[in-house]
Amino acid sequence: MANKKHVLGEILELGDLLASTLLGGGEKSVERHRARGKMLARERIELLLDEGSAFLELMPLVGWHSEFTVGASLVTGIGVIEGVEVMVIAHDPTVRGGTLNPHSFKKVFRAMEIAKENRLPIITLVESGGADLPTQADVAIPGGRMFRDLTDHSAAGLPTIALVFGNATAGGAYMPGMSDYVVMVRDRAKVFLGGPPLVKMATGEESDDESLGGAEMHARTSGLADYLADDELDALRIGREIVRRLNWRKLGPGPTEPPDAPLYPAEQLLGVPSVDAKVPFDPRDVLARIVDGSRFDEFKPLYGTSLVTGWASIHGYPVGVLANARGVLLNEEAEKAAQFIQLANQIDTPLLFLQNTTGYMVGKSYEQRGIIKDGAKMINAVTNSRVPHLTVNIGVSYGAGNYGMAGRAFGPRFLFSWVNSKTAVMGPQQLAGVMSIVARQSAADRSLPFDEQADAAMREAVQAQIEREQTAWANSSRVYDDAVIDPRDTRTVLGLCLSVIHNAEIRGQRGYGVFRM
Amino acid sequence: MTSINVLMVANRGEIARRIFRTCREMGIATAAVYSDADADALHVAEADIAVRLPGATPAETYLRSDLLVDAALRVNADAVHPGYGFVSENATFARACIENGLTFVGPSPDAIEAMGSKIAAKTTMARAGVPTLPWVEVTDADDDLLHQAAEDVGYPLLVKASSGGGGRGMRTVLDEPALTEAVLAAKREASAAFGDGTVFLERLVVDPRHIEVQVLADAHGTVVPLFERDCSIQRRYQKIIEECPSPAVDDVLREQMGRAAVAAAQAVNYVGAGTVEFVMDREGHYYFLEMNTRLQVEHPVTELVTGIDLVRQQLLVAQGEPLAGEVIQAKITGHAVEARLYAENPMQQFLPQTGTLKTFDLDTVPGVRVDTGVESGSSISQYYDPMLAKVIAWAPSRSEAVRKLSAVLAQSRIHGLTTNRDLLVGILRHPEFAAGRTDTGFLTRYSPVELSRPLAGPEVEQWHAVAAALARVSQKRAEATVQRTMPLGWRNNPSQMQQVSLEAGQRHYQVQYALGDGAVHARVNNEDLGELALAAVSPHRVVLDIDGRRTAVTVASFVDNESCSVHVDSWLGYTAFTEVPRFPLAGPPQAAGSLTAPMPGSVTRVHVTAGEEVAMGQPLVVMEAMKMEHTVTSPYPGVVRDVMVERGTAVRDGDVLVVIDPSE
Repeated sequence: MANKKHVLGEILELGDLLASTLLGGGEKSVERHRARGKMLARERIELLLDEGSAFLELMPLVGWHSEFTVGASLVTGIGVIEGVEVMVIAHDPTVRGGTLNPHSFKKVFRAMEIAKENRLPIITLVESGGADLPTQADVAIPGGRMFRDLTDHSAAGLPTIALVFGNATAGGAYMPGMSDYVVMVRDRAKVFLGGPPLVKMATGEESDDESLGGAEMHARTSGLADYLADDELDALRIGREIVRRLNWRKLGPGPTEPPDAPLYPAEQLLGVPSVDAKVPFDPRDVLARIVDGSRFDEFKPLYGTSLVTGWASIHGYPVGVLANARGVLLNEEAEKAAQFIQLANQIDTPLLFLQNTTGYMVGKSYEQRGIIKDGAKMINAVTNSRVPHLTVNIGVSYGAGNYGMAGRAFGPRFLFSWVNSKTAVMGPQQLAGVMSIVARQSAADRSLPFDEQADAAMREAVQAQIEREQTAWANSSRVYDDAVIDPRDTRTVLGLCLSVIHNAEIRGQRGYGVFRM
Repeated sequence: MTSINVLMVANRGEIARRIFRTCREMGIATAAVYSDADADALHVAEADIAVRLPGATPAETYLRSDLLVDAALRVNADAVHPGYGFVSENATFARACIENGLTFVGPSPDAIEAMGSKIAAKTTMARAGVPTLPWVEVTDADDDLLHQAAEDVGYPLLVKASSGGGGRGMRTVLDEPALTEAVLAAKREASAAFGDGTVFLERLVVDPRHIEVQVLADAHGTVVPLFERDCSIQRRYQKIIEECPSPAVDDVLREQMGRAAVAAAQAVNYVGAGTVEFVMDREGHYYFLEMNTRLQVEHPVTELVTGIDLVRQQLLVAQGEPLAGEVIQAKITGHAVEARLYAENPMQQFLPQTGTLKTFDLDTVPGVRVDTGVESGSSISQYYDPMLAKVIAWAPSRSEAVRKLSAVLAQSRIHGLTTNRDLLVGILRHPEFAAGRTDTGFLTRYSPVELSRPLAGPEVEQWHAVAAALARVSQKRAEATVQRTMPLGWRNNPSQMQQVSLEAGQRHYQVQYALGDGAVHARVNNEDLGELALAAVSPHRVVLDIDGRRTAVTVASFVDNESCSVHVDSWLGYTAFTEVPRFPLAGPPQAAGSLTAPMPGSVTRVHVTAGEEVAMGQPLVVMEAMKMEHTVTSPYPGVVRDVMVERGTAVRDGDVLVVIDPSE
């Protein structure tokens, strides 16, 4: 009960944070936007997607607790258009005219990375004033990568489509400029390198918006626009039409297992995670509520029991699962993981990592048995595995355990955090305690007196800092995950991501036979 | 005594199937004929053998005696059953059968002829002592003699086709000025329908009951009356509800009318099954109307109350067998009511409907019989009678039979074509009908439009719209190529409700919904319906909790070209929606003021030319479709800009006929 109450509290907080993203640039700005007969970014997306299909919004909390609006003036996510899974990137023009700040770039780069790895066409809903000028030092130079990524995407055989609803000027003009298909809304799209004042300054020429960058001009004269849309609705219709004609084929196998619902309701997941992160919980309780028919065939159940490995399927897609059962990873667990990852590669099966780890075991006997070598085998296997990885932090993710369990740096295709989860180098108390011991040791070494009071204050401060930094919101704001999710949505989110990763070929690492460990 | 081993039915649809059913019970092989329009019809599929009649119109096919006899010979039939309509009362055909060694299942050609001309029949009947109404034959359409004759008969009167039936070639004339036009129209219709334009005038009994007596006669001189049928509920002289016994006939009257019917049959040496029709005034006086020398459409009500298979009796009589004791001693047990389900629109003067019957699903219960020639997916052509089915209910009492029949009709699922279902239910549930106060004026006193008010009112329509929206979305996901198993409309950051727009006739429904686990939050036209428990959502079934009542809704949707019709049935009624596409479709440009054909058919007259001024309601073009005339009138005063058709032009549904510029 306490667990459930705790998780529900976190879900309420997630709800509040997400609700704040819907406000865009605030009531006034939204009203002004609507008064011009324009749709909001999410309204455009809703009409763009197939009716009744799912939309997984990615990184909605980017920029949380920063000087910028939560969401970083972008809405991005994966949706279905005419039966094609597509990466949608929409500017939110109600937030400072849709200008892009350093957080926006982090978000857009990650979105494009997802699209590239999983072979998704990209469709951008363009209406942006370009770079956020006050932070130009942070965005102007690295921002160019966006255009490079776009054309690189196209070169990889992945279509890029730009629907231009408003401003796309200066650098922003390369958004349509580098896209394969460009749709512009009549009387609304404005696409030029330099506007009338800049042109006047540069060459003395008198000009106006329409002749420099109007939709009609681009459709009839410059040819930058391939399609001229009558209005926003028409642009969305044309966008759908373009996707319908992409002749899209997914390269991965379709779902192959019965996609029946788990035997136990997702609602019960709320009671599974412990309030006290130090108390481990059985990941089988989680799996029983997310995998098809609650069917989980465990591999090596009697060996290295602090890590659960086995086979299951989600929405019909087979997966190999690695899940921490008792936090810590010992020598046996590390070896078991390395072997299991190789097996999944041998049979081209994606892997699901359920993180709830405090890291690799420390201590004399473990060091002497080579915990570093064994941990390295696991990290090596994770690194060089070629099947797609999906990672969900369901509890804590500390230390090198984060690496071995396919943490962010190890490039899982998707990484999600449960609302209750925590990610850091180690727990706040441990970190404060370690720092204290080190300081005490250092004082003793130099025969200096140890200031107990200052130490206590330091410990408290450090602990508070880590408490703040390890939350799901804090990690998500830095794009250390792809979204914070309600545990009850896990099956849906994973099923959707599995469907998405099957746009690309699923092929494991080959070379050696599977090493027995 | 002959023996029938192979029987050909020179007919189509439900009656052909009805006859085949008895044939199978009797071990007789069945042969069908079919026009090109009927190539995929059920009666053809069901027959042991079938012969094509090239062409589609009745004149090319089911009315062609020569082709029919040829077909019977080709399949080695011993006998031919003509059903009703078409050649069933055609003496020439009966004779041709006999001449070719085929047994004609019906009376002798002489008897058909004697009764076929209504005029001759009336004379014979009067002579035999059967009561008749004053009448006179029309020789010329427009002369003084006609008007004099009409005076003699007395107004109000009826103009009737001598070889007519089913109300075709019939006109009511209340007073003298309308006489000439009525006679002309009746002649025209009679010529087209029966190939005989002879008409006569007859005294009209205002709002009589229509009571008919079934008779069975064998070749050995036995004639048995099998009681009456009350067929008073009619629209445009077309029976739509029939019952036995009649609430207006007691045992004494039944005995009297039975005797009159037997006398009528004997007067023409009748053999086989026949029906003697009477009109009856309020005082219980009855007058001979005509004798139908064939099996009637409404024969099942007699079968259900007597337990006698009339088709079997026809075949036994045709084999020369004498009537059995159980026929001679037949009794009425319980009550039977029949309703004729038509593809027609009672809201638009019963305009016949053509097209595909998408769903035809009658949920029958014991004691309910459905005689039909169609099924889900059948197409209803413009060439033949648009009757879809006869639904007949039997119960120990009249009120039970009526309730049963109305329930079966109300719960039936019929999609794709407008039908008179709601009208039938409206009549069956009307207190006057329940009281047995039925006569042929019923649908004049009580407006068919009122009676046809859909069972599902506006509030129900709103719930149906929610169910339709959810089922549609569910279907779209079920048909999707990816993510079929994802929860409908799932969002991790929900920003707004999902939306589906529907239209039911002129009414627009904007349904907004947000699905949760086992619940849906719904809004219709911005009215918040709150959070509703949702027990099931699938493309064909939605189970909603409406005010604490768990309500199962059945949904069927059909996509034609770009448009999708969504049909919703529940115990609350039926609603047909059209899904409004999210993105407007660019249709072919149509000139403003265009008047289009309401149905497929052919143009019989064009009353206007380009440049002509027209008044509101002025007839512009007359079309004939499904053997009915339909006049297209000007919806407003204006000037004819263009006439796109001429006499004889075949038009499709929605073709532009005339363009009228409205006057300022």
